Amino acid sequence: MKRIAVLSAIIFCVSAASAQQAPPPGPKKDAPATQSSVAASEEARMKTLEDQMRTLAEQVTLLRGELKAMRDARSVEPRSEEPILLTASHVAPGILAPSAPAAVPASPEPAPPQATQTQVFGGASSNAKLLNPDISLIGDFIGAAGRNTVSPSRSLELHESEVGLQAIIDPYARADAFISFGEEGVNVEEAYVTFTSLPAGLLLKVGKMRAEFGKVNTIHNHALSFIDRPLVTNNLVGGEDGIDDAGFSLSRFLPAPKNWFFQGTAQVFRGDSDDLFQATRRQDLSVVGHLRAYRDLSESTNLDLGVSYARGHNNAGVGTAFDPSRFLTNLYSADATLRWKPLRRAIYHSFLFRNEFFWSARDQVSPAAFFQTEHAFGLYSDAEYRANRRWTIGGRFDRSGHATNANLTDTGFSAILTYWPSEFSQIRGQYRFGHLADPVTTNYSNANEFLFQFLFVMGAHGAHPF
Amino acid sequence: MQHTATHTRISRFSALATAFLLVLALGVPPASRAENKLQIMTATTDLASLAQEVGGDKVDVESIARGYQDPHFVEAKPSFLLKLRRADLLIVVGLELEIGWLPPLITQSTNPKIQVAAPGYLDASRFAKILEIPTGQVTRAEGDVHPLGNPHYWLDPENGLRIAKGIQNKLSEMRPNDAAYFAQRYAAFEERLKQAEQNWQAQMKPYAGRKIVTYHRSWPNFAEHFGLDVIGYVEPRPGIPPSPQHTVELIAQMKRDSVKIIVVEPYFDLKTPNSVARQTGGQVVVLTPSVGGEKEITDYFKLFDYDIAKLKQAFDTVH
Repeated sequence: MKRIAVLSAIIFCVSAASAQQAPPPGPKKDAPATQSSVAASEEARMKTLEDQMRTLAEQVTLLRGELKAMRDARSVEPRSEEPILLTASHVAPGILAPSAPAAVPASPEPAPPQATQTQVFGGASSNAKLLNPDISLIGDFIGAAGRNTVSPSRSLELHESEVGLQAIIDPYARADAFISFGEEGVNVEEAYVTFTSLPAGLLLKVGKMRAEFGKVNTIHNHALSFIDRPLVTNNLVGGEDGIDDAGFSLSRFLPAPKNWFFQGTAQVFRGDSDDLFQATRRQDLSVVGHLRAYRDLSESTNLDLGVSYARGHNNAGVGTAFDPSRFLTNLYSADATLRWKPLRRAIYHSFLFRNEFFWSARDQVSPAAFFQTEHAFGLYSDAEYRANRRWTIGGRFDRSGHATNANLTDTGFSAILTYWPSEFSQIRGQYRFGHLADPVTTNYSNANEFLFQFLFVMGAHGAHPF
Repeated sequence: MQHTATHTRISRFSALATAFLLVLALGVPPASRAENKLQIMTATTDLASLAQEVGGDKVDVESIARGYQDPHFVEAKPSFLLKLRRADLLIVVGLELEIGWLPPLITQSTNPKIQVAAPGYLDASRFAKILEIPTGQVTRAEGDVHPLGNPHYWLDPENGLRIAKGIQNKLSEMRPNDAAYFAQRYAAFEERLKQAEQNWQAQMKPYAGRKIVTYHRSWPNFAEHFGLDVIGYVEPRPGIPPSPQHTVELIAQMKRDSVKIIVVEPYFDLKTPNSVARQTGGQVVVLTPSVGGEKEITDYFKLFDYDIAKLKQAFDTVH
């Protein structure tokens, strides 16, 4: 704006000056002048005026050009304050190389001139994205073949397409949202704000989130090391989404012995999580508590331990003679993970061994119409080894009782092979055997299945879960 | 009757919740620093070395990644959180180099001082000359490209100086009382770097314009500064492992241009580079892109000392 004002002032001055320099106005009236001389002088005057016009027009064009150049330069300039800083610091390019060889060949892909112009010293970190959140989409395509009469899955399905939106909200918070589009509809898998600048080292999350209950419950489908969820997740922890509910989460580092890392998390949710927890009244909140202990055994090996507790109301008493608010489900879990990843060959070799144990105590009405608490136990044990940059092999053992009938126990094992064309796609095959109980007929049958999966990642490069 | 039961249940529930929250909230008083040193965490060892040069004994510096580790693939281990929690300043490489592991560490550190764009967060790429910024369309058909430019910019001593200047300004801003000390440290560093630089240039001068092949695109700033010509890469695309077809093409190209040197970072597998070297009569030279890549590389100066000595040796062997 200021520039334009200055420019118009200049134009005005220039034209005024030109006007003053203009030859004196017409011939004096008292001069003896013939018709022709008058006409000639008129002609001359017109010509001068024309010339003046032309000069002025030229000047305007020139000034316009300059203005445009100035504007362009301005938009190309890096926005940050760095150039000033560097000017102040007198660190100019080439200052270090007074004796640099004269004929230095350019780098193989020399940065195009406009790039060097836009980005000489900084300013690159925010130009590209502006204020859009980081957006990603992860497609998860799953196929199944073989025989499973108890819990069959579809032959081919786009199991889910998970859209991730992540951004820093303001100086005090960031937000993450993961919306999954599945075969049955759209589900906000997680959407929460994290307050990162609270006093006393507290970390507060508010929104809908996967509860901090053990390990596998916190992991998104595409980040699992298998195609399906362990049997125990389906039997005791509410199915694929597990404990995933709206509420608050507060966590904090706890005092720990040297070289240990302790963290405690307390969460309060509405109390609705698939068919695991169901809130019939407003006060039927569910709570989740988690304690984590971590230790680096060496630079490449570490141990990660955890215990978790969850409690919420279930729907077993709805429609019975009992007071529905008496029916609770208490869940306990313990997890242990051993990881090995040599730093010098981190992209080629790694090993992970994880065990999770779950205990469920579910209040329900027995077949004989008594109030009873059913105690069921389940576990899974998972090992995976990265053999080279592209291949990972793994295996998993499953064993789990049914939450509603602990006499029924499912057993299974899987062998998993994963191929990574790049960091942004993944092809996986899984052979799965199961000795599964039908909850209705209580008959057992064997399942032999082959699952395969194609994963692809679009957009922002999300952080790898640890 | 039922009302009382519900009431008891609620109060039991709230007592439980309150107790747990209290344990969380009052567990420990926040760690307080007895000594007055500025606690600096850096993403990589090179930034740690530069921060140490400027900060001297007024700072404690530690890097998250190790020098022999691929800085793209660091694990977000909880043990780093304990260190980040106490940091006054976090210096990062930026340009999305650490995008796979640093953001969750920052978020979970519960340290308001080092959150992105907070006063204790310093992106070193803001000071440096950045190469290979894509201009046209950016797609991952090009591999794991960095849309903001090549993040291995610290391998140019001029950028080292610029980053050190940026760190000096930041430290002076955080500790105005020590500004003179930091200025003097910086001046001494600049002096030493200029001297060392003359020596490095003298050593590299005979090899100016020589063509080399590198495994990953870690070396554009180094190559530009010391007048080397990188004509190809062992990786077909950044972040994509070597493929037979690309390797055949690379060998043909190296033979055509009589290129003999294959530079490999310490965290890559040597199988393909060795086979390329065998078939071209060339030599694999493991250069470290970061301080600490080898035991003897203890600071930013020794990084160039080491890499240049190794390169020189390799150039002399092949010709």
